[in-house]
Amino acid sequence: MSFWRKLAAFVLVAALAFSLAANWLAPGGYAKQYREATDASPSRQHWLGTDEIGRDRFARVLYGTRISLLLAPAAALLSTLVAALVGGLAGYLGGMWARAAMTVTDLFLSLPWLFLLITIRALMPLNVSPLVSVLVTFLLLGMLGWTSAARVLCATSSSLRNSDFVRQARASGIRGARLFWIHVLPNLKPVLYAQFWISIPAFILSEANLGILGLGVAEPLPSWGSLLKELEGLVSVGEEPWKFVPLFLLVIVVTSFQLVLSNSDEVAA
Amino acid sequence: MFASLRKSILLWAICLGLLPGVSFAQNVLRLCLRSEPKTFDPLKVEDDASVSVRYLTGGVLVRLNRQTQALEPELAQSWNVSKDGKQISFKLRSGVSFSDGTPFSADDVAYTVQQLMDPALHSATGDAFRTGPGKVETKILSPTQISISFPALVAGLDRQFDQVAIMSAHSPKKEMAVLGPFMVADYKPGSTLLLKKNPNYWKTDDQGRKLPYLDAIQIDIQANRDVELLRFKRNEIDLINTLDSEYFDKLADTSPKVVHDAGPSLDSEQMWFNEVQKAPIPAYKKTWFRSVNFRRAISEAINRDDMAKIVFRGHAQPAIGPVSPANKFWFNAKLKPQPYSPETALKTLQADGFRLENGTLKDKDGNAVVFSVITNAGNKYRERMATMMQDDLQKIGIHVNVVTLDFPSLIERMTQSFDYEAILLGLTNVGLDPSDQMNVWLSSSDNHQWNPSEKTPETPWEAEIDKLMRAQASSADARKRKESFDRVQEIAMEQMPFIYLVNRNALSAVSTTVHGANPVILAPQTYWNMDRLSVK
Amino acid sequence: MLRRKLARHGFAIFATVLLGGFLSATLVRFAPGFDVDESELDPHLNSASIQALRDSRTRQNDIVHFYVQSLRRALNGDLGRSLSLGQPVTTLLRERIPLTFRLVGVALVLSWAAVLGIALTGTWLRLPAYDGLGTVLSGTLLCIPAAVLALLSVLWNVPGTLAIALIIFPRDYRYTRNLLARAYAQPHVLAARAKGLNEVRILFWHVVPVAAPQLLAVAGVSVSLAIGAAIPVEALCGLAGVGQLAWQAALGRDLPLLMNITLLMTLVTLLANSGADVAGSMLRGESA
Repeated sequence: MSFWRKLAAFVLVAALAFSLAANWLAPGGYAKQYREATDASPSRQHWLGTDEIGRDRFARVLYGTRISLLLAPAAALLSTLVAALVGGLAGYLGGMWARAAMTVTDLFLSLPWLFLLITIRALMPLNVSPLVSVLVTFLLLGMLGWTSAARVLCATSSSLRNSDFVRQARASGIRGARLFWIHVLPNLKPVLYAQFWISIPAFILSEANLGILGLGVAEPLPSWGSLLKELEGLVSVGEEPWKFVPLFLLVIVVTSFQLVLSNSDEVAA
Repeated sequence: MFASLRKSILLWAICLGLLPGVSFAQNVLRLCLRSEPKTFDPLKVEDDASVSVRYLTGGVLVRLNRQTQALEPELAQSWNVSKDGKQISFKLRSGVSFSDGTPFSADDVAYTVQQLMDPALHSATGDAFRTGPGKVETKILSPTQISISFPALVAGLDRQFDQVAIMSAHSPKKEMAVLGPFMVADYKPGSTLLLKKNPNYWKTDDQGRKLPYLDAIQIDIQANRDVELLRFKRNEIDLINTLDSEYFDKLADTSPKVVHDAGPSLDSEQMWFNEVQKAPIPAYKKTWFRSVNFRRAISEAINRDDMAKIVFRGHAQPAIGPVSPANKFWFNAKLKPQPYSPETALKTLQADGFRLENGTLKDKDGNAVVFSVITNAGNKYRERMATMMQDDLQKIGIHVNVVTLDFPSLIERMTQSFDYEAILLGLTNVGLDPSDQMNVWLSSSDNHQWNPSEKTPETPWEAEIDKLMRAQASSADARKRKESFDRVQEIAMEQMPFIYLVNRNALSAVSTTVHGANPVILAPQTYWNMDRLSVK
Repeated sequence: MLRRKLARHGFAIFATVLLGGFLSATLVRFAPGFDVDESELDPHLNSASIQALRDSRTRQNDIVHFYVQSLRRALNGDLGRSLSLGQPVTTLLRERIPLTFRLVGVALVLSWAAVLGIALTGTWLRLPAYDGLGTVLSGTLLCIPAAVLALLSVLWNVPGTLAIALIIFPRDYRYTRNLLARAYAQPHVLAARAKGLNEVRILFWHVVPVAAPQLLAVAGVSVSLAIGAAIPVEALCGLAGVGQLAWQAALGRDLPLLMNITLLMTLVTLLANSGADVAGSMLRGESA
C-alpha cells in the first residue's frame, strides 16, 4: 500500500474515531445553547465558535461526522450496487434488455422525484425519531442516485461483452452469471469507484437540501450537510472563515476516500 | 454632398454622445421583489408582489397615509360615510385622466365597484366589502359624484377603498391604463419589471411641480435575500424594503445611515395547537391541546426575550397579544406581557395532572409529553425559533420534534388533512382594522386556524369571541368597536388559542442616493411615498 | 440500417416522453399540497372564495383525463395555462428555453473542455502529483453546495454558466479520468508502447477510441446533470430560464407547467442519451 493510501486510510479512521469520541471531546453536546454567546468567534471555550443560536460548532462538527461519515458511504454503496446491477447487467445482456433498462434509467433521470420524496414524508409520522428520519433519507438517496452511473456502466459492459477475454472465457465454457460476476463486473470497477466517490459528498449535500421537505436530519441533530448550508449566507461568511471548517473536513474525507479506492494500475498505466 | 454627410455624421455622433446623458438610467429607482407578480389586474391581486405593483400603479379614491395612519383624499376630493355605515359618497377630482389619456369619471368608479363585487370574482379585496348578502348599488350623481350602497355595514368602509385601484370603464388597455404615479412599461417574466412615470398623473407637489419625481422604477425579481443584500452593497439596487435582522446589523456596522428600524411592525410570529376534533392524532394529545392550562404552560415556558434578542438580534419585541403595540388605536394596552417562568409552567401543568418523572413530563395516564411543531422550510428565523422553543420546553421535560415542510405540504396539513400537532407560522402584512381578521376569529370560518369551520362554537369563549367580533363589525362607533375588540384580545390571552411569540421590527435599507425616503411600519415600508422619492 | 435504427430510437423516445409526462403528472397530482393554494391563508377571503380556490384545483384531480386533454390541446400548440403565474405555458417556455439552452450548452462545452484537457493530460503524463491535483480539485468542487457556487458566481460577477460548469465538472472528470486510466491499462497499449509508438499517438489512437463509447455515455448523462444544475443556479442568480420556472412550479404544485417542463426535460435527456448510445454502438461496430 502506497504512503498516500495509508495516510488516507488513517485520516478516515481518525475522523471516525474523533466522531465516536465526541462525548469526551465535546462534553457540552451538540444541542446545548449558549445563549449568552451566539454567533461567537472561536475561543478557548468554543474552538470553532458558536452558531446563530449559541450551539458549539466544534461539537456539532464532531457529532455531524458520525451521521455523514457512516450513512453517506452506506448510501453511496447502495446506489453503486443498484447501478452495477441495472447498468452492468443491461450492458452485458444487451439487446432488448439494455434498451429497456436504459429507457427506465432515462425516465428516472427526468422525473421530478421531489414529489415522491414529499409523498414519502407525508406517509411518515411527524414524530419519527431524527435517526429514523435520517436513515430513511439516505436510503432514499441510495435508491434514487444510481442513474448516471447506470448509463456509463451499461456502455462499459456493452464494450466488454464482445471483448477478447470475455469471448475466451465463453469459449472455455463459462456462461451466464459466473461470466458476469467473475469476468465482467471486476472490469467495471473504474466506473463503480467513480460512482461511489461522487455519491458520498453528493448525498451529504442532498441530505441537507431535503430538509426543505421535512426529510433529512431533524433539529437539533447536526450533519455536515446542515453545517455546510451555513455557507449559503455568503455575504457574511467571508468575515467568519471558521465556518469553512466543515467544507475543509469534507474535502479531506472525500479525497481520502478517493485515495483509498484508487488502484496503482489506474494511476500509472 | 460631403457637407451634408459631415452634418449627418456629426448629428449621429452627437446623438450617440448624448445617449448616455439622456439614458434611461437618470432618476430611476431600483429595487427587488421577492416573487413574480401573478397579475396586473388590481381586482385579482393577492400575492405580495402584485400588491406592490398595484400600490405603485393604481389610483385609489382615498389613501391611508402609511406614516400618519390617517386617511387622505386621493382621486376623491372628499367623501362621506352614512351613519349606518352602509353607504359612502365620493366627490371626485375633475380633469384627471388615465395613463393612456382616457378621462376619469364616476363611470370608472362604478365600473370598478361592479367588477369588484361580481360574485364570480373571488378576491381578497372584494371579500373585504362582502359583509352581508345582497347586491351593491352604485349611483352616479354626476361625472364627479358617486354614491355606493352596501347591503350591510362595512366596518371602516372608507379605509377599505385604499385597496381599490380604479380601472377604466372605457380604455381599450383595460387594467394597463392606470391612475397611479407609475405604469407598467415592460415586463420580462422571472427577470425584471419596468415601471415608467405616468405622464397623466394628476398630483403635484406643494410647489406645483408634477409628480412623480422619478422617471422610472426598475424592479428585479430576486427571491434570495443574500443576493439582494449583495446587490444593495454593490449599489445595484437602491433599497431593501424588508431587511433581515442579521443583515441589518452587518449593514449598520459599515453604513449606519442606510439602515432604518422603524420599530415594532404589525407582523407577528405565533404558534398554535391542533384543536380539531377529527384530527388524526392520538386522543390523549387532543386532550392536552384542548386544555387551556396546557397551552398556558407552554406559553409560560417559552423564553420570548431570548427569541427577540437572539433570533431577531434585538429587532423584535416579545408579543403581548394578537395585536402589535404598533397598532396604537386597536392594541389593548391593559394586557400584560407573558412572563417566562418554567417553574410556573410546571405548576400550571400539575393542575392538569402532569408530572415530571426522570426529566420527562408525563400526563396523568403516564404518556410522555412529546409533540411535533411544523413550520415552513426556508424561513431561517422560524426554524431557529422552533429550535429555541425545543430547548426551552426540554427544560420542563417536554420533547418537541421540529419538522420543516415545504409550504404547500404545510398548508395541506393545516387546512385539509389536519394531520399536525402544532404549527409555528406568522402573520404578515396585517391590516390595522380588526375586521381584517374576521375570518381568523369567527369560529365558523375556514381561517379559524386552530379549529376551522366549526358548525357551532365548540367552547363558550369562542362563542363569546364570535359575538364580539360580529358586534365590532356591525358598529360604526369606533369607541364601541374598540371595547369589543379589547375584550377579544383579553380572551385570546386568557385562552391562548394562539401562543403569540414576537412582533418583528420593520427593518429596511435605503441608499443615501435616494431622497425623500421615510421608512415606516406599514407596507410598503420604504416606498409608501414613491411619488415623492428621487434619486441623485 | 441507420434509418431503421434512428426510426426505432425515435419511436422509443416518443413513447418514453409520453410515459415520462404521465408519470410526472401523477407524481405531482398525488403529492401532498396539490389541492391547496397559499392564497387560502389570506384572512380577507371568505368561505365562498376559499371554496372557489379549492374547486379550481380539483379540475385536475382526474389525472388520466387531465393528461389526455393536455395532449390533445398540445397538438394544437396549446400547452395550457400556468396556475402559479397565470400565463400560457407556451409563452413561458418560449421566453425561457433559449436562455437555459444557452446556459447549459456553454456550461457543457466549458466543463468538457476542462474535463478532457485535465484528464487527457493527466493520463498522458501519468504523474501522481498531477493526478492528485485533479482529485483534490474535483473533490473540492463536489463538496461545495450548488447554491454556494451559484452565490459565488453572483458575488464575483461571473456568468451563471460557469457555476453550472463547475457543478458538473467533477462528476464528468472522475468518470472520464477513471475510464481513460482503465483503457491505458489494457494490454494492447503495452504492445503499442513496445512497438515504439509515441505517447501522444498511443493516447489518441489506442486509448481514446477504446474509452470513447463510455465517454459518450458520460457526455449523454452530463446533459441531464447540467439541466438539473441549472435549477438552483437560475433560481439564485435571478436568471429567467426554465430551471427557475421549474423551481417555482414545484413550489406552487403547478401541474400544467411541471408536466410540460418534465416532457421537455425527458425529451432532451432521451435525445442526449440516445445520441450517445447510437454513436457509441457505431464506434463499437454494433447494431444498437
